Amino acid sequence: MTTPVNSYEAGKPVTTDLAGQTLLCLRTLTEENPASLESYIKLGGYSSLKRIVTEKSKATDIITAVKSSGLRGRGGAGFPTGLKWSFMPRYFDGVKYLVCNSDEGEPGTFKDRDILRYNPHQLIEGMAIAAYTLGARVGYNYIHGEIWQDYDIFEAALHEAKAAGYLGENLFGTNFSFDLYAVHGYGAYICGEETALIESIEGKKGQPRFKPPFPASYGVFGKPTNVNNTESYASIPWIMQHGAEAFAANGVPNSGGTKLFSVSGHVEKPGNYEVKMGMPFKELLELSGGIWKGRKLKAVIPGGPSTAVMPASAIMGATMDYDGLSKAGSSLGAGSMIVMDDSTCMVKTLQRLSYFFYEESCGQCTPCREGTGWVYRVITRIVNGQGKMEDLDLLTSVSNNISGRTICALGEAAATPVLSFIKHFRPEFEYYIQHGKSMVESKTQDTNMEHQ
Amino acid sequence: MLSPEAIAKIDYEITKYPTEQRQAAVMSALRIVQTERGWLSKESISDVAQYLRMPDIAAMEVASFYNMYDLAPVGKYKISICTNISCMLRDSDVIVNHLKTKLGVGFNEVTADGKFCLKEGECMGACGGAPLLIVNNHTMHEFLTPAKVDMLLEELK
Repeated sequence: MTTPVNSYEAGKPVTTDLAGQTLLCLRTLTEENPASLESYIKLGGYSSLKRIVTEKSKATDIITAVKSSGLRGRGGAGFPTGLKWSFMPRYFDGVKYLVCNSDEGEPGTFKDRDILRYNPHQLIEGMAIAAYTLGARVGYNYIHGEIWQDYDIFEAALHEAKAAGYLGENLFGTNFSFDLYAVHGYGAYICGEETALIESIEGKKGQPRFKPPFPASYGVFGKPTNVNNTESYASIPWIMQHGAEAFAANGVPNSGGTKLFSVSGHVEKPGNYEVKMGMPFKELLELSGGIWKGRKLKAVIPGGPSTAVMPASAIMGATMDYDGLSKAGSSLGAGSMIVMDDSTCMVKTLQRLSYFFYEESCGQCTPCREGTGWVYRVITRIVNGQGKMEDLDLLTSVSNNISGRTICALGEAAATPVLSFIKHFRPEFEYYIQHGKSMVESKTQDTNMEHQ
Repeated sequence: MLSPEAIAKIDYEITKYPTEQRQAAVMSALRIVQTERGWLSKESISDVAQYLRMPDIAAMEVASFYNMYDLAPVGKYKISICTNISCMLRDSDVIVNHLKTKLGVGFNEVTADGKFCLKEGECMGACGGAPLLIVNNHTMHEFLTPAKVDMLLEELK
């Protein structure tokens, strides 16, 4: 027997160590076949949907419950989900849409993937409850094109749910109908921005729209549309089943519930960890096995590259919640924790991130299209030993001129790493410019980039 | 001309949208035709556009915007390897060098026998399994080591 080349096994968890986690969105991980309908139903799955639809629960009551659960948008912005739901027009003559944003492409973010492959039915139920509440007739789950095997798992779950009477026409013999479809991206980070995502659903290139109008009034095919992240929708069934207070109690004030943290980089056990909001960073680091190879922690990007990098000293005492990370000088973002050990060259790391934003800029707004390329070329000049000390001010200035001058938030996202890396690791950049080489002697840091 | 198999698959995707929004299925339709033909020629894109009753240029805009569509031949197996931050931190450069040496090609080049093409990908949303690569857009291989890459290349012969 040969060892399988691919460690990926459809529907089987890679992370089996569940100790220390509080599983709400990934609660089926305790079951043998987590993605199956049986596993989900065994844990009370679809019971809330059935109750809400057959008892004809009031939409306002559901929105009130979501508000008091403390659930905030898990895609990175942290906007209160219940409040967002209240923006959808109650009365509208025509089809309203529901969209799920499963287009994870921000480096370090891979949490929604585990919901899709390990607990797809909880997402489906969450979307169906949202559709009932908001009066949406049709829903789309837009999935990152690169995780194709997980797209297939989710689409299979949709067919399973429909066959079992949880999706489709006249659910539970009532007049509530909801059709939900899987659609996919095909390699464009920008489509994680909700209006670019909507353009993509409509079969166009993913360039963000001017806002306002917001999707709640002008979304998919010009109709009112509610867009939430995968983890946000997947939290809903648990809230409905166990109560808003129980959900909120899993977190801390202002950050209700649990959160999936995607831990990647220099830890012994990279992967997703669903834990209570407000968990001290130290504990989360311990869960993920600590820094690999017995090395020391140097820096952490706590919520994906669009959140500011934090030196070890700043994050060691922080708690993992919205306020905790904001007090410590960064933000929670999507909970995408990228861990760097003391062998990491911050100049080369920033070069790679800058290339990413340059490559992924959709080209619509001049400051981002030109600025991201400019930033990348200046950092590359430094890496090639041709940097000048004034380049650091130039990088800051270009970044500040991208930020806030673009249609979408990708402008800020591209500027944040540059500004925060230089702010916290300026001596390392200065050393590189003065000596033409990295302060951190590391053989593993050749980025092998062959870009022009 | 689209094959009957491709048409059946595209028709299924079209059912996901309102009847007057047929062109919304272009993302899937391009993916389906590319999977069948290996890459998207202008002719292939035009076939898709005609079937979805949209202008050729609108389909071309989509095909050229999203980087998993290939507008030039990529050989039998396209290997897209992620070199973004989480993969880079876990030594994706070692895997890249290994692949380049084994295949004798650089990024965006096809091996002489037309079998492999190496591409540098952007974040694939699976950073917990870094370093990783995707074969022909749809099969991901995670936790790579040079030995695992060797086994994979052997399997793809």
